[in-house]
Amino acid sequence: MPPTKDEIYAKIRTALVDALGVDEDEVTPDSTLVGDLGAESIDFLDIVFRLEKAFQIEIPRAELFPEDILTNAQFVQDGKVTATGVAELKKRMPFADLSNFEANPLVQEFGNLLTVNDMCRYVASKVGSTS
Amino acid sequence: MRWFWIDRFLAFHRGSHAVAVKTISLSDHEIADHFPAYPLMPSSLIVEGLAQAGGLLVSDCRGFRDRVVLAKVSRAVFHRVARPGETLTYTVHLESLQPDGAMVRGESRLGEHLQAEAELYFGFLEDRALPRDLFEPADLLRMLRVFAMYDVGQDEQGRPLDIPPRLLAAERSQNQMPAV
Repeated sequence: MPPTKDEIYAKIRTALVDALGVDEDEVTPDSTLVGDLGAESIDFLDIVFRLEKAFQIEIPRAELFPEDILTNAQFVQDGKVTATGVAELKKRMPFADLSNFEANPLVQEFGNLLTVNDMCRYVASKVGSTS
Repeated sequence: MRWFWIDRFLAFHRGSHAVAVKTISLSDHEIADHFPAYPLMPSSLIVEGLAQAGGLLVSDCRGFRDRVVLAKVSRAVFHRVARPGETLTYTVHLESLQPDGAMVRGESRLGEHLQAEAELYFGFLEDRALPRDLFEPADLLRMLRVFAMYDVGQDEQGRPLDIPPRLLAAERSQNQMPAV
């Protein structure tokens, strides 16, 4: 039976506490991994590894971080992701809430996009959670 | 500069795990002063030894083409101290190898006793402004030979490890250079 949303959230919170050395109460659904929880690039390897173990899933990096879009001139102009690029990001990252990013789609802000909630939705989509 | 914190490999299984030893000596400069009246192997150097063994396990998987660096120690637990005259046995397991990094789980034992455990993350440097190699290839190969990596190492099929041609070529080239 797939895990419930609460179980997914609890496991993700544990992974973030262990990987980032933050307190449990610092992790909220709206926390951004980079801005609020202080994740650095190497931490994503750690987080992904812990989530793969916790949920017995595989997480291809390109699914969580479609960086190829950000380095593609077709989707980026003057340091900003174009409307076509944002549409492509939405297609590739259906689990992520891109509304804030869309208002000011600076490439340099992309790393600060993911929230704990986004991670929960992503994992739910991988494990088929419905409740 | 000499900065070896393993003495040699006892086992090396490509892409899987490796076992290395470090015998602690009072003549190790860093140990004699830590502490003068009660010399101990510094815990940070035990992590370094695990990282050297684990880093070589990772580097070998990628043919020593990448610049593999220790990027994060996400967990390290020390159960007992290690003193001059004792031999630490480090076992490192490659848990995850990704395009941008790797995770290694390591443990250190004193005889049958678990001495320390650590989880190590390695990154692959992308900065093109840095030199292509962290070590001169010929020096690297000499170091690997000193560690007995190619004496005990096995590939995925249990065959002796092959030495990357690039390292062999560098060694040949260095051996042919006239002495200055």
